[in-house]
Amino acid sequence: MKVLSVCGLGQGTSLILKMNVEQALSEKGIRADVEHMDVSSASSMSADYIITSNELAEGLEGHSAKLIIVNNYFDMDEINQAIDEHIAKA
Amino acid sequence: MKFLEEGLVKVGAKAADAEDAIKQAGVLLADAETVEDVYIDAMVQSFQENGPYFVLAPHIAIPHARPEDGVKEASVSLLQLKDPITFGHSSNDPVQLIFGLGASSSEEHVDLLKKLTVLLNKEENVNQLRTAASYRDIKTIIETGEGK
Repeated sequence: MKVLSVCGLGQGTSLILKMNVEQALSEKGIRADVEHMDVSSASSMSADYIITSNELAEGLEGHSAKLIIVNNYFDMDEINQAIDEHIAKA
Repeated sequence: MKFLEEGLVKVGAKAADAEDAIKQAGVLLADAETVEDVYIDAMVQSFQENGPYFVLAPHIAIPHARPEDGVKEASVSLLQLKDPITFGHSSNDPVQLIFGLGASSSEEHVDLLKKLTVLLNKEENVNQLRTAASYRDIKTIIETGEGK
């Protein structure tokens, strides 16, 4: 499974999101490859899921990957819930 | 790498608006000589172009630009505002803690973001950082927050 964490520049905030998403996925026993990048790189990359903020989701509409929105990047409860809702356990 | 050292933190600051706050967080980095002055402009430009997506959580913004925009050393500053301001984010406004990130392409960059994530993943730490009255308070929160 391939997951992209996406932010405006692909440098800072997407890396923070990647760290927390990887932690949540591994605690659930879900094997996934999580990559962080900016919106324009993500647009042309295939993936199963894209995790990003509401602010940037608009720029990714129409992408073949399923979009998952996280509002608070530091709230593990929200991240866990988003994963439970969208990513079925393998 | 420099992570929230004394010269990189300003407590009880005042900012007119989001751009002003981003600039001030950038000036803290430039004064500590971890970024060049042009990096501050790049931080503001990123906000203008990409919007307030870097308001990552309630009360918290992490403005930054790219390593090639003038970063000399991986670094994190903190501008703690006396009065929170609006960045225009749909769910995380108003912002009180602005962490200026000198984004480097080195391994240190990853280490810095890990430290920041460990600190901010705990809501209790965030609340304490918001009410801290001095650098000494902030330092205590960082030290105990990392130890937990």
